[in-house]
Amino acid sequence: MAADTTEQLEHRRISQVGWRPLVRAILRHRLSVIGIIIILIIAVMAIFSPFIAPYDPNKQNLYKVLKAPSKEHWLGTDNVGRDLLSRVIYGSRVSMYVGVISTAIATLIGILIGLIAGYRGGAIDNIIMRITDTFMCFPFLVFVLAMAAALGPGINNIIIAISLLGWTGFARIIRGQVLLVRELPYVEAARAVGMSKYRIMFKHVLPNSLAPVIVAASITIGAAILTESSTAFLGLGVEPPTASWGKELRVGYTYLERVPLFSIAPGLMITLAVLAFNFLGDGLRDALDPRLRGEGK
Amino acid sequence: MLEVKNLKTYFRTDDGVVKAVDDISFDLYEGEILGLVGESGCGKSVSALSLMRLIPDPPGRIVGGEVIFEGQDLLQINEEEMRKVRGNRIAMIFQEPMTSLNPVLTVGFQISEPLRWHRNMEPEVAWKESVRLLGLVQIPDAERRLLAYPHQFSGGMRQRAMVAMGLGCTPKLIIADEPTTALDVTIQAQLLDLMKKLTQDFGTALIIITHNLGVIARYADRVNVMYAGRIVEKATARDLYAHPRHPYTIGLMASVPRLDQAMKEKLVPIEGQPPDLINLPAGCAFHPRCRYIVERCREEAPELNPIADNHFVACWVNVREKE
Repeated sequence: MAADTTEQLEHRRISQVGWRPLVRAILRHRLSVIGIIIILIIAVMAIFSPFIAPYDPNKQNLYKVLKAPSKEHWLGTDNVGRDLLSRVIYGSRVSMYVGVISTAIATLIGILIGLIAGYRGGAIDNIIMRITDTFMCFPFLVFVLAMAAALGPGINNIIIAISLLGWTGFARIIRGQVLLVRELPYVEAARAVGMSKYRIMFKHVLPNSLAPVIVAASITIGAAILTESSTAFLGLGVEPPTASWGKELRVGYTYLERVPLFSIAPGLMITLAVLAFNFLGDGLRDALDPRLRGEGK
Repeated sequence: MLEVKNLKTYFRTDDGVVKAVDDISFDLYEGEILGLVGESGCGKSVSALSLMRLIPDPPGRIVGGEVIFEGQDLLQINEEEMRKVRGNRIAMIFQEPMTSLNPVLTVGFQISEPLRWHRNMEPEVAWKESVRLLGLVQIPDAERRLLAYPHQFSGGMRQRAMVAMGLGCTPKLIIADEPTTALDVTIQAQLLDLMKKLTQDFGTALIIITHNLGVIARYADRVNVMYAGRIVEKATARDLYAHPRHPYTIGLMASVPRLDQAMKEKLVPIEGQPPDLINLPAGCAFHPRCRYIVERCREEAPELNPIADNHFVACWVNVREKE
C-alpha cells in the first residue's frame, strides 16, 4: 500500500467503492438497463462487424437486386444486390463513431469554455456567454448541412460540424455548475492552503461540476447519431460505398413499396440507438441526483 | 511575530461602502493563543480572511494597513509569494467542517496535498506523513481512514482532518475561524484541547475566532473584542473576565449563563440590534445600545486607550467608576 501514490490509491478506492452505489442506482432504473443493453449490442456490432456480418457489405451482385428476406440474406438485398444485414451492421460503425467522437470533442470544448467563463466571471464570463448564445442561435441542422457542403463529403467533416455547434450546451451547464461550486467552502479551503488558481479549477471545481455533463453527453451522443443520419439522408456525409444508416434509409425509401425492410431496418436502428442513449441519460440523471435516488425502489 | 497595523477592509455594495474591518491593530507572539470575539457580522471572519488575503475582490478590498508576519508585510508581496504563505506558514481552519472538505477527493489526498505542494514531498512520503498527522489528531486506524471520503467521516472527524491538514506544514500561525461551531459540546472541548496541546507542542500561534466566550475563557491567552469592525477592548483573558471595561464586553458577559448564578436570576441581553455597517452611528458605534452613554459618545469615536498593563479599552466612560 505504501508504495502506491495517492492518486493510485484514490483511483483504487473509486474503483472499489466509489462507483458501486452509482452503478447500483443505474441498474435499478429499468429503462436505462434496456438502453445499456442496446448500446452494448450496437457497440459489439460496430467493433466486430467484419466477424459478424455474413457478407462483404460493399460487394454487389446485380443478379440479386432488391430481394426479399431469405435464408442467405436475412434482411434481403439492396438495389445493387448488396446484403442488407451486412450493411446495417457496418452502418453502426459510422453512427457510433460520429456519435461518440463528436460528443467527446463538443464536451471538451464546452467544459473548457464553461469552466473559464464560470471561474473567471465578470467581463470574461459575459463575453464568452454572449458568444455561446450566438452559436446557439444558429439553426443546427442547416449549419451542419452548410458546413458539410462547404468542407466536402466525408465523415470527419460531419464530426467537425457537429462538435462546432454542439459544445454550447455543455458550456452553459458547466458554467452554471462552476458558479455554484466555486462558492463552496472547500474551494475557499483549497485557496487557504495555497493551491494555485488552475489547480483549484481543475482538481477541486471541475470534478464537482461534472455530473450533469455526463448526463448531457449521453443524450448528445444520441442527438449526434440522429444528426449524422439526417445529413446522410439528405445526401451529405459518408462517401459511397460506405454504409450508413441514414444513407440506407434514403435509398431504401425509394423502394419502400417493393422491399419495405430496405428502409425500415436502418430506420429502426437509428431509432433504437437514439432511444438507448436517451434512456441511459435518463438513468444517469436519476442516479447522479441524490434527491431522486432511491425513489424508484 | 504577527503585527497587524491599521488594517482596513471595505466592501463596496450597491447601497454603499461596508467597513467590515475598520482600522484594527493587534499583535501576536509566538505560541500565543489569541481570541477574537464578537457577534455575527462584527468583522471577525473578515479580519481573518484579510490576514490570508482571501477577501473576494470584488466586492471586498483591503484598503489600508499592514500585516507584518515574521518581518514581511503580507499585503505588499505578490500573489505567487502569498500562495507560499497560505497553508504553509499560516494555516486556516474553517467553520464548516461539513463542507470544507472536497467531497470527490479522499481525505488522505486532501491532507497530503499541501505537503506535496509546499514541501515538495514525494507522494509516498506525503502519504506516510498524512498517516502520522491523522494519528496526531487522534483518528484511530489512520492508514485506512485516509482512503475514506469526507462523507464517510463524522463532523468531529472532519474537523480533526482539517486540523491535521492545517498542521501539516507546521505553520507558525493557525487561524481557526469558529472551529467548533458546528460540533456538539463534548467534541468541541476535545477538539480545542487537542488544538491547544498541538499548538503548544509545535510552538504555533493560534487565533481563535468565536462568539463563544466560554471557549475564549478556557483557551485564549489574550482577547480582542470586536464590535462593528473595530476592536473595542483588548486584554489578557484573565483580565477581561475579571474586569471587563467596555460596556459591550460587560453586556456580552452578562448575557452568558453561568453555573454559579442563582437559578432565578435572569440573563441580561444587550438591547437593540447590531448596527447597520453601511450607516454606522456617528461617534462610538455602540452608543445607541449603551447603558453608560454620555454626550461625547454621539459625536466622537473613542480610540483604544490603555487603562492597565495589557488592557486597552475604546470608551469615553470609565465604566468601573460608574458601577
